[in-house]
Amino acid sequence: MIKFAIPLVIAVVLFLFLASGLGRDSREIPSPLIGKPAPEFTLPALAEPQRTVALSDFAGQVFAFNIWGSWCVACRDEHEVLLRIRRDNQIPLIGLNWKDTEAEATRWLRTLGDPYVVTAFDPVGDVAIDWGVYGAPETFLVSADGMILHKHIGPLTDDIWRDEFLARVAQ
Amino acid sequence: MIKRLPLIYVVLWALGSGQVCMAIDSESLQDPVLQTRYTHIIAELRCLVCQNQSIQDSDAQLAKDLRRQVRKLLREGKSDNEILDFMVARYGDFVRYRPPLKSSTLVLWLGPVLIAILGVFMLIGTLRRHLGGADEVE
Amino acid sequence: MIPELGHFSLFLCLMLALTQIVCGYAGAHTGRSTWMAAVKPAAVGQFVFAVISFACLVYAFLNDDFTVQYVASNSNTALPEMYKVAAVWGGHEGSLLLWILIQSAWSFAVASASRDLPDRFASRVIATLGLVSAGFLLFILFTSNPFARLMPAAFNGRDLNPLLQDFGLAIHPPILYLGYVGFSVAFAFAIAAMLSGDVHAQWARWTRRWTTLAWLFLTIGIALGSWWAYYELGWGGWWFWDAVENASFMPWLVGTALIHSLAVTDKRGLFKSWTLLLSILAFSLSLLGTFLVRSGVLVSVHAFASDPERGRFILIFLGFMVGGALLLYSLTARKFVAQGKMQLVSRETALLVNNVLLVCATFVVLFGTLYPLINDALNMPKVSVGAQWFNTFFVPITLVLMVFLGVGMHTIWRQSNVASLKNRLKWPLLVSAVIAVAFPLLVYQRSGVLIVLGTFTALWVVLSSLTEPWLRYRRGLSLRSMPRTQVGMLVAHVGVALTVLGVTYTSAYSTQRDVALQIDAPVSIGGYEFTLTAFERVNGPNYVADQASISVTRNGKPVTELTPQKRTYLVQTMPMTESAIHPRLQRDIYVALGEPLGEGAYSFRLQIKPLVRFIWLGALVMALGGFLTLTDRRYRAVPESKASREAASAGLAS
Repeated sequence: MIKFAIPLVIAVVLFLFLASGLGRDSREIPSPLIGKPAPEFTLPALAEPQRTVALSDFAGQVFAFNIWGSWCVACRDEHEVLLRIRRDNQIPLIGLNWKDTEAEATRWLRTLGDPYVVTAFDPVGDVAIDWGVYGAPETFLVSADGMILHKHIGPLTDDIWRDEFLARVAQ
Repeated sequence: MIKRLPLIYVVLWALGSGQVCMAIDSESLQDPVLQTRYTHIIAELRCLVCQNQSIQDSDAQLAKDLRRQVRKLLREGKSDNEILDFMVARYGDFVRYRPPLKSSTLVLWLGPVLIAILGVFMLIGTLRRHLGGADEVE
Repeated sequence: MIPELGHFSLFLCLMLALTQIVCGYAGAHTGRSTWMAAVKPAAVGQFVFAVISFACLVYAFLNDDFTVQYVASNSNTALPEMYKVAAVWGGHEGSLLLWILIQSAWSFAVASASRDLPDRFASRVIATLGLVSAGFLLFILFTSNPFARLMPAAFNGRDLNPLLQDFGLAIHPPILYLGYVGFSVAFAFAIAAMLSGDVHAQWARWTRRWTTLAWLFLTIGIALGSWWAYYELGWGGWWFWDAVENASFMPWLVGTALIHSLAVTDKRGLFKSWTLLLSILAFSLSLLGTFLVRSGVLVSVHAFASDPERGRFILIFLGFMVGGALLLYSLTARKFVAQGKMQLVSRETALLVNNVLLVCATFVVLFGTLYPLINDALNMPKVSVGAQWFNTFFVPITLVLMVFLGVGMHTIWRQSNVASLKNRLKWPLLVSAVIAVAFPLLVYQRSGVLIVLGTFTALWVVLSSLTEPWLRYRRGLSLRSMPRTQVGMLVAHVGVALTVLGVTYTSAYSTQRDVALQIDAPVSIGGYEFTLTAFERVNGPNYVADQASISVTRNGKPVTELTPQKRTYLVQTMPMTESAIHPRLQRDIYVALGEPLGEGAYSFRLQIKPLVRFIWLGALVMALGGFLTLTDRRYRAVPESKASREAASAGLAS
């Protein structure tokens, strides 16, 4: 009788789902903002309170928006990569210094090198919420017409930068 | 603090807890009606750092920021749904503990109903096979 | 030397487990009694060496042997002695060793208590248990050796996770595992039955005994976990529908269904193939739980260090055991289709309804738990399946189950008389309905649909359980003459009702407020006034703590002094909230200390939780019911005459 094989069939299907879950990072959450206009913001520049940084400053150009903080261990890991990106000068990096103090953040950039064209200072975290940031580092790719093309969660590597960011711009 | 430590999950026990993000939110809204709505909403929103906790229970920095955001929106007179939509627009449906019924969550909400229907069929089927007569079995 | 002895003992365990498997299956298949004769001694030997191995690890912990990697990662010289023992199962490797110890203990128990089983059958049962043991032994030896040395030795250990330095959590794992692993016995009995092609009343009776014992431990284990989470995690929650909690809950639900379907198979010879399937399912879900906890495929607030390599091993083992058992089932179940007849109004139907509801509940929990995996595999947008989702479905199923439970207890085998059922149940129905409507309004001045339904179903089940003893008392019959199985059943059902009552009232009437308290500035919630009287720093053996003293009064009369703490453990520098609770049967006062807010103020979470104790009390009463059932003459291991069996079954049916 076929009905006695039903439990086996269900078990096999579940087994396949369980197997597919192995090795997948269940903690990563895709952003709903991809393909949507980048959220507006106006913030003071880090260490230059008179100067403001706004999304409109970058209208008409492709740029990468990198969320970081001096308290963030993984941000240290990607810093070398960011410096190389700056040197190659293909896509400008805009920084968002998140939940940090001005003193700590400036010391970070002074000692490790500054990869950013400009860094917006967001100690309160409201802009980060608008961008759906839930951890640092996170990096967004914004197109010339102000759309979010891609979001990478976690530290950048040279490979990720080439495959997920440069490749998208080249298209 | 929100730190992403890839692959370093805390070593823990079967019923032990990963992050002890016990939050005590001493900030409250003056208006008792708003306060009730506030506690209701923050229990519905999932903290994305201390996963599997609501932002009410999580002590993560992000949860604090999100709670502050909810309070701000409440003071601005936003409705519960507007606040939930605000969060969903930024973090996706994942942020809601009660996923909305739509095409992609149809399976989630109809699954248990299907299970219940199968259960009823099973019940009726078994009864049909065995009902009737007071035959002895042994 | 000692750690190597422990490691070597594990190898011997594996050898003996292989002996169990080979001699057991081959001996039973060929009928060679000399082969089968080796099976029980092998099981006993496996237990002995598992004890030796476990003792070696305990020894290493008690002597602070930091040349052992696992000891160095989970202990510290400053750790109190009691927690050094508990630290043995505080991490992945040691808890796996605990699992192996308990697995071999169950095999030992079955081997010693199997004199009344036919040789072939017993050999197959013990061989199957050996198969389960062998899987876990291979797992520990190849991926998770707790005795691995650390060179050079650590100067001191990294300490046990502070969350685990707690009495409730020290005893939670052994008891939980006794339950989890205990279902392997029912599993083994099912495999042996399918191999021998025979399921008879005696089989059901044997299996019932072991299943009830395992279920009893699992019930206590889950309750302990919930109780621990309640007081230790600091926010007063007692169930989160977290993946890991669900992993222990699913075997419990199926185990509960199994106990009931075994009753039908035992008494009436019906539902045989269904009972076999449940036996397989209960242990399969235990194994699935192990996989979920140790592989990291799901996000959980509780989990071991996740490691895909370990996950892969368990998954293969899981696939082998469950796949093999279900394949055997699909090939042989046909033979077990019972042709018996039953009546609509009968205990058979009542237990069938019970089974359908419990299995539906299990599948709902399983579906919700695994949904994130399914969702990811199909590349759909991520969603959260949380308490809200589970409650939406689980609460109605429970309520329906409770309604049927009250009737089901009074049905009798073969055919019940509808008129007599009505007669027996009209008072419980009426009384519980009236109280359910009136009580919440009178005492709490507010009510709701779920409160009324929860109160009603709980009272309904309690009153219905008491009806039979009451009728006996009225007729002047001795309550002692009631069969223990029946007493156990009634007690367990009262336990279910108590838990439902606790859940209903805690959920509906808990008061919670997060407040800022300053010295001598009282705050009142739920009719109690809380005053912060002192704030000081205290030193523990391996932590320092900020401690607040709070005096609680009601209408000016002192109720209690509470001292919640915020501890910092010195080695892992992990902050821990040590809540202070004033427990009473009717309510808990729960105070947790938050952060300093400046100017002498501190944040606190104050909670009044009515009837929260009933949740765990109910679980203990359920376990007591299981225990009473086991003391029935029918389940003792002594061979019994047919006459005494008949007498007992007649008693239960009355």
